[in-house]
Amino acid sequence: MTKRLVIIGAGMASGRMIEQLVETDADAYDITLFNAEPRGNYNRIMLSPVLSGEKTYEEIVTHDDAFYAEHKVTCRFGEKVLRIDREMKVVEAENGHVPYDKLVFATGSNPFMIPLPGHDLEGVIAYRDLEDTERMMALGDAHRVVVIGGGLLGLEAAAGMAARGVDVTVVHIMGHLMERQLDEAAGYLLKKSLQAKDITVLTSANSKEILGENGHVRALRLDDGTELPCDLLVMAVGIRPSVALGQDSGLAVGRGIHVDDQMITSDANVLAVGECVEHDGAVFGLVAPLYDQAKVAAQTLLGQSAAFKQKTLSTKLKVTGCDLFSAGDFADGEGREDIVFRDPSRGVYKRLVIENDRLIGAVMYGDTADSNWFFGLIQSGDDISEMRETLIFGPAYQGEGAADPLSAVAALPPEAEICGCNGICKSTITTAIEGGATDLGAVKAQTKASASCGTCTGLVEQLLQVTLGDDFQMPSAQPICGCCDLTHEDVRRLIKSQELKSQEAVWQELGWKTRNGCHVCRPAVNFYLLADWPLEYQDDPQSRFVNERKHANIQKDGTFSVVPRMWGGITNPTELRAIADAAEKYDVPTVKVTGGQRIDLLGVKGEDLPFIWADLNKAGLVSGHAYSKGLRTVKTCVGTDHCRFGTQDSTGLGIKLEEVLWGSWTPHKVKLAVSGCPRNCAEATCKDVGIVCVDSGYQVGVAGAAGMDVKETERLADVPTEQEAIDLTVAFIQLYRENAKYLDRPYKWVAKVGLEWVKERVVADLEERARLIAAFELSQSIYRKDPWAEHAATKAESYQPLADLNLEAAE
Amino acid sequence: MNWIDIGHINDIPLRGARKLKTALGCVAVFRTDADEVFAATDSCPHKGGPLSEGIVHGQSVTCPLHNWVFDLNTGQAQGEDGSITTFPVRVENGRILIDGAQLAGRSAA
Ligand code: SRM
Ligand SMILES: Cc1cc2nc3c(=O)[nH]c(=O)nc-3n(C[C@H](O)[C@H](O)[C@H](O)COP(=O)(O)OP(=O)(O)OC[C@H]3O[C@@H](n4cnc5c(N)ncnc54)[C@H](O)[C@@H]3O)c2cc1C
Ligand code: SF4
Ligand code: FES
Repeated sequence: MTKRLVIIGAGMASGRMIEQLVETDADAYDITLFNAEPRGNYNRIMLSPVLSGEKTYEEIVTHDDAFYAEHKVTCRFGEKVLRIDREMKVVEAENGHVPYDKLVFATGSNPFMIPLPGHDLEGVIAYRDLEDTERMMALGDAHRVVVIGGGLLGLEAAAGMAARGVDVTVVHIMGHLMERQLDEAAGYLLKKSLQAKDITVLTSANSKEILGENGHVRALRLDDGTELPCDLLVMAVGIRPSVALGQDSGLAVGRGIHVDDQMITSDANVLAVGECVEHDGAVFGLVAPLYDQAKVAAQTLLGQSAAFKQKTLSTKLKVTGCDLFSAGDFADGEGREDIVFRDPSRGVYKRLVIENDRLIGAVMYGDTADSNWFFGLIQSGDDISEMRETLIFGPAYQGEGAADPLSAVAALPPEAEICGCNGICKSTITTAIEGGATDLGAVKAQTKASASCGTCTGLVEQLLQVTLGDDFQMPSAQPICGCCDLTHEDVRRLIKSQELKSQEAVWQELGWKTRNGCHVCRPAVNFYLLADWPLEYQDDPQSRFVNERKHANIQKDGTFSVVPRMWGGITNPTELRAIADAAEKYDVPTVKVTGGQRIDLLGVKGEDLPFIWADLNKAGLVSGHAYSKGLRTVKTCVGTDHCRFGTQDSTGLGIKLEEVLWGSWTPHKVKLAVSGCPRNCAEATCKDVGIVCVDSGYQVGVAGAAGMDVKETERLADVPTEQEAIDLTVAFIQLYRENAKYLDRPYKWVAKVGLEWVKERVVADLEERARLIAAFELSQSIYRKDPWAEHAATKAESYQPLADLNLEAAE
Repeated sequence: MNWIDIGHINDIPLRGARKLKTALGCVAVFRTDADEVFAATDSCPHKGGPLSEGIVHGQSVTCPLHNWVFDLNTGQAQGEDGSITTFPVRVENGRILIDGAQLAGRSAA
């Protein structure tokens, strides 16, 4: 009979252990998994990105129902284990007994609550699980919060809430933040960065009493009498291994449940892993050693020999813009020597601690690019006397590597640790790559590298590139450009979640490496800012390509083309006369009918632009935006007005759509067409949005293409009324605008997110559709206007040369 | 040196450029985000693109036609075999002055 394994606690340690178990021998045990939290295993350390809005809870679930089902794990979630009868080998839980052959404690730890007067008031919480996170996420900019504790957890909580606009004060008893991981100098820089995020930081502050009102927290009082009003008080002052159950069942317990190197407790049939254990006098609070323990426990359960060894740990803080790293022992001491490097202008600080010619500790702030290399040196204990002079400058200066990151990665020794969370070294990853894991997802799945906190994703990708050379492309995680390390998607997400509303904020907070971007990233960032904050952010013409800055297409000889709008392709004698007159007056060399049903005046001199526009404006003609990443044209056919086959007023609908959409900025250009019947004379089935009229109404298609790629539209929905067709179009374009990467046409974006995802929001969810339409209208209240008229009236001067020295010479 | 006043620094948009007409062709005058001013030939050595229409970033400009990037200090194109001639400019009390002697010198060359 299969042996019965009962696990108490579905946390990060047991999750990893179960994986190891079922991977090695799927049939060794019948597993029953208890968890006091009403859910299964998720990546607890990623609660911070969930709090700050950078991730969703769904994204941090590590094991879903399908996983448990596949491996026949009996899940008893939301159920606490109450007692254990070790003699009978039975676990007693809230809903009944379960017998076991082997039992594993993975009960984690409990947040420590300082027993201040008032600590049991409503609104005093810890930071440990999803419930706590959700409490904090419910707060907004009208709320005040006090966080007691300036360690890793407290600061991540503070930063996450501050990103939501909450007014946050951190109260820390020590003289500087994260004193266990940072020295004073780094603590100072960290404090400064947090203050810049509008977080108030009080160090050397002693909490005395929590004040309440009607049973709910109202304020925190410090021992100097200061009162800090708050709606929520978060205590993040430390954790205590959760040992009560172990103790009650008679296991040997100190600070944690005692385990040997095989993770076996004082009872041979009972193991323990994770934060609840004490091993060789140490207790644990970071995941890296827990994963090692999980692996050992799994092996022990399978009768294999394995031993857990404690290793040096490193710490990073998951707060965007606060780049810090610390590892090893960095206290001053006899026989110890410091090497310090500072760059105040960049807010960079690095300190290395050396003892007996070996690196034993490192603290870095502001620039942690080389942290893995230093961490490797600490772990290997290599003699560094040869490179002492240049050590602090990192691997780039040690001859072996060069200044670029790829050669630095290439230079790492095979045993260098790449993924700190999972303890994965370089050779494990390169072996996997050589064995066929040729993209990030595959490496993640096979080795677990970059599968936890994700900070090493860049390194793993660099390894892919070093190992595979040109065979590896970094499409998904490609940074926007050389100015930053983030992808378009990351930048979009962070602009929203951190509410970055100016270019400066983006450069600073997202760590741009250049003063103000380049021609690649700046137009993208300008678009993202105006798409997300139409009211707060002001469009910056200097961050636009010349065509959008000058509202005309530049030609190869430096002249421009002028394309007035012809709504739905309809014109009249007055307009045609105005175009003809303008062509004559400004010596336009070429007048051409475009592929978009309008007329192009090509070869206009830059200086003449404001004047030709003013003339065209007089006849009611406005900019056709033939130059913009925005709405271009709405092609139509004649429809019911004249055509014997027309089913609906396609021309009229085209004009209406153009009137709603014109002037809007989008990630790339957007072209529409409306055909009056399936004969499709307006070529609607290859447009970004194409509508085909039929007797029963309107077939709305999206994501077509007819440029560099040719692709038929996909059906978004069939609707009976013209208004619905307009609503769907507007909602679709707004969704595209809010989510797509700059320079992705709709068909590329839809291919990434999937048509179903789009349909859910635009078609099925009426509330979301209404929100999209309202958001579009809000933005259009600013951008639905003719830039030609504006420039002709107020900016004509800027189209002229700054000075004409020919004239001066003549004077 | 023969400094000629060609305008006020605010006549050029921040991170932007304007064109200066001279007997010998156009010169682009650039203003960076830090109010530094540079001047160079307005014609890209690649295919003649007007650099005064390019995006100005840091102390560089990107040609609007095919994205060559030029260092405004040296005139050198990044990663390309080509450069533009730069001209001495300075700013005094907000006025931009360009060295007329250098401009004339270019004709001789
Ligand atoms: C004027 C026009 C050609 C014509 O004489 O008919 C034209 C001219 C240009 N097209 Fe186009 N396209 C024109 C219709 C089209 C069409 C047909 C249509 O709209 O029905 C297409 C295929 C449909 C589509 O949009 O994909 C088209 C696909 C492109 C593409 C490829 C886009 C793609 O995503 O695959 C580009 C390149 C780009 O935008 O990045 C492009 C880019 C250009 C640019 C702006 C190239 C540039 O950056 O300088 C050309 C400007 C020429 C100039 O000197 O002014 N043009 N272009 C047409 C203007 C239509 C209008 O009234 O606004
Ligand atoms: C917000 C946050 C951020 C963090 N960030 C990092 C980081 O960046 N890096 C890092 O290395 N570490 C980080 N940590 C620490 C890391 O999450 C923990 O070390 C890790 O989760 C501990 O794993 P565990 O399996 O031992 O316990 P847990 O993950 O806590 O799991 C224990 C589970 O056991 C359940 N349980 C307890 N008693 C019983 C019972 N009697 N019956 C049934 N179920 C029970 C609990 O409900 C809990 O779900 C962070 C922690 C938090 C809270
Ligand atoms: S197809 Fe478009 S981009 Fe190409 S040459 Fe013709 S107008 Fe220019
Ligand atoms: S003309 Fe300047 S890059 Fe081609």
